Amino acid sequence: MSTAIDNETPTMMRSSGERRLPWYHLVFTGLVGAAIAAVLLLALDAFSIASMLILGFILHLVMGYLYSLVREGRRWAMDRLMMLIVIGAFALAMFPLVSLLWEVISRGGARVIAASPTPFAFWTNDMSGIIGGADAGGVLHATIGTLLITLWASVISIPIGLFTAIFLVEYADQGWRRVLGKGVTFLVDVMTGIPSIVAGLFGLSLFLAFLPDGQQGVRMGIMGSVALSLLMIPTVVRSSEEMLRLVSMDLREAAYALGVPKWLTIVRVVLRTAVAGLATGITLAIARVIGETAPLLLTVGMVTSINWSMFDGRMATLPTYINQQYRNGSANCMNDTVTNPVNQEVYACSVTTNIDRAWAAALTLIIIVMVLNIIARLVSHYFSPKISR
Amino acid sequence: MSTTDVTPEAAEAPTGSMKRSGRRFGDSVFSNLSIGSGLLIFLTLAAVAIFLTLEAWPAIRASQEFEGTAEFSLIEYTAPYVFGTVLAAVIALIMAIPISMLIALFISHYAPRKMAQGLGYMIDLLAAVPSVVYGLWGGIWLVPRLEPLYMFLNSTFGTWPRWPGFLPWVGGEPVVALFAGDPTAPMRNLASASVVLAVMVLPIITAIAREVFLQTPRLTEEAALALGATKWEVIKTVVLPFGRSGVVAASMLGLGRALGETMAVLMILAPGATFSWHILEVGRHQSIAANIASRQAEASGVDMSLLIFTGLVLFVLTFIINAIARAIVARSGPKS
Repeated sequence: MSTAIDNETPTMMRSSGERRLPWYHLVFTGLVGAAIAAVLLLALDAFSIASMLILGFILHLVMGYLYSLVREGRRWAMDRLMMLIVIGAFALAMFPLVSLLWEVISRGGARVIAASPTPFAFWTNDMSGIIGGADAGGVLHATIGTLLITLWASVISIPIGLFTAIFLVEYADQGWRRVLGKGVTFLVDVMTGIPSIVAGLFGLSLFLAFLPDGQQGVRMGIMGSVALSLLMIPTVVRSSEEMLRLVSMDLREAAYALGVPKWLTIVRVVLRTAVAGLATGITLAIARVIGETAPLLLTVGMVTSINWSMFDGRMATLPTYINQQYRNGSANCMNDTVTNPVNQEVYACSVTTNIDRAWAAALTLIIIVMVLNIIARLVSHYFSPKISR
Repeated sequence: MSTTDVTPEAAEAPTGSMKRSGRRFGDSVFSNLSIGSGLLIFLTLAAVAIFLTLEAWPAIRASQEFEGTAEFSLIEYTAPYVFGTVLAAVIALIMAIPISMLIALFISHYAPRKMAQGLGYMIDLLAAVPSVVYGLWGGIWLVPRLEPLYMFLNSTFGTWPRWPGFLPWVGGEPVVALFAGDPTAPMRNLASASVVLAVMVLPIITAIAREVFLQTPRLTEEAALALGATKWEVIKTVVLPFGRSGVVAASMLGLGRALGETMAVLMILAPGATFSWHILEVGRHQSIAANIASRQAEASGVDMSLLIFTGLVLFVLTFIINAIARAIVARSGPKS
């Protein structure tokens, strides 16, 4: 430690540590760095807030390091440098999140609010009869499709996932069941890593294998639900297993001591105790699969109006809708207006209408996902059992 | 817990034998349902492999490798996409791993205790954004903004340091082959796709690395501090060595995710099927997943089988990567 002692004024020495510069010295070097960056960029005539921040941060790294090196010594200077880099990395990671949310909210929000013919019509219209650059249309059919397919995926996944978790926690304790439990744990881990497109291919080939040759083009909602449940089951198992293991063994033993059969103990004691955690985990699993795109591209196709049937015909979903509108790109506007061939309504023509719709649909999807996430947090916050705390 | 400690007596049974058989019935139904669900997991994974193979079989049987004379070759078709998939994922990881380790350190060791959980949620929010929204954001917002950076990289490193001309194979080629070539706007190239992939795998690696770093024995850290180590020295000498295997496993899981990601690549990359190292050039690469997604609508018959075969290859690839990652986690887990 003696190497770090240098010839500073003794009054600044603190016995508790060798770090003797208060934090605002770094703020000072940071401001100087930003100022130098601003002057440099102005001199080069390339000034912008973003470039000033980036160049200023790099200058701050160098200057803060050198300053600390002179005043505090090599080891503390290294410590300062790493702290700055760590904070910088976090800021860097926040950048895409903030930018993405801003873009989605501002662009999507503008389209939703300004949607023709009436505000928020975007959420109550579908795409039937919308052609060319018609500045109309909406996502009602896609939202219904997304909710239906996710509902069915949940109907398939939650019982299987929950019972698998119960098996792992309550039954896989000895003998061959223990071996089976080890295998199941491993496979669930592997399933977590299945690429979503492979899940889509599975949903597709499972049904195509049982359909006659002439119907290989058939796509329907239930295929998408099966594909999604392949992605959903492992998340349900993982989170439920974790929650069930948190339930205290004393509770189970108390129930057995009262003569309660095992299955009733599980239903009335274990599941009831863990219900908040289970609900949270399941909600998060739903939030995860509701935004999956690739499996639905393969299995449910796309339509322009509402389809309520899971077993008959193609369905529209929000993620595939976003993808489709994005692919359509800029629209062609020969005239100022476009006429809907179905109901003869006349719409204004807009070149950016497809991209606008994609952003607005993205906003809709993000709202659904975020609402699910908030519900999950609230459930875990307000309904978690007091005994496990 | 053992199942044998259940007392068979029931206090308020209406009729003893009825109650008892009812209990046995309920117990056996419940245990069978549970074991059945466990077995179903086995069946499901087996079904994935079986049905993919079944549907890919027409392509395998009609291929050059199987027939010897057919016009298309499985390897020639699949290899460029495997190359594109792995290259995009590896470049994404090279960007994501250092940053997510630093973020994990920030949350676990630098941020104030009270803020740490909230900051963790912020990173988790990155994972909650659907991939198609990342694709939209990357394709419309990010790609034009990356153009100056690409032009800078291309003009700085893409041409200047060249191997001397007398060398075999590489003579006259730029030393930094990655940034060489001729990028043209819009920059729908592999580098852009990798940047978005990096953002997508960032929260996954961060979440695991954070857990691992938090598990560092507190006493060892305090011992290092007591010896006069700075915070960075504590991290360098205690936290990082302790968390090494966890970080490796986290990176492998991130790799698995990046390999299988479809939408970011599909919506950003202009496809091509070459073995080019020039990641800034447009229309040179394509990933397996994005290739399947972009061609499935028009494919039927053997073409569809061929796509399913590439999906099978992707499945095996990610299966191996994930199995290795899980093995590392399992081996290093109990120690902590």
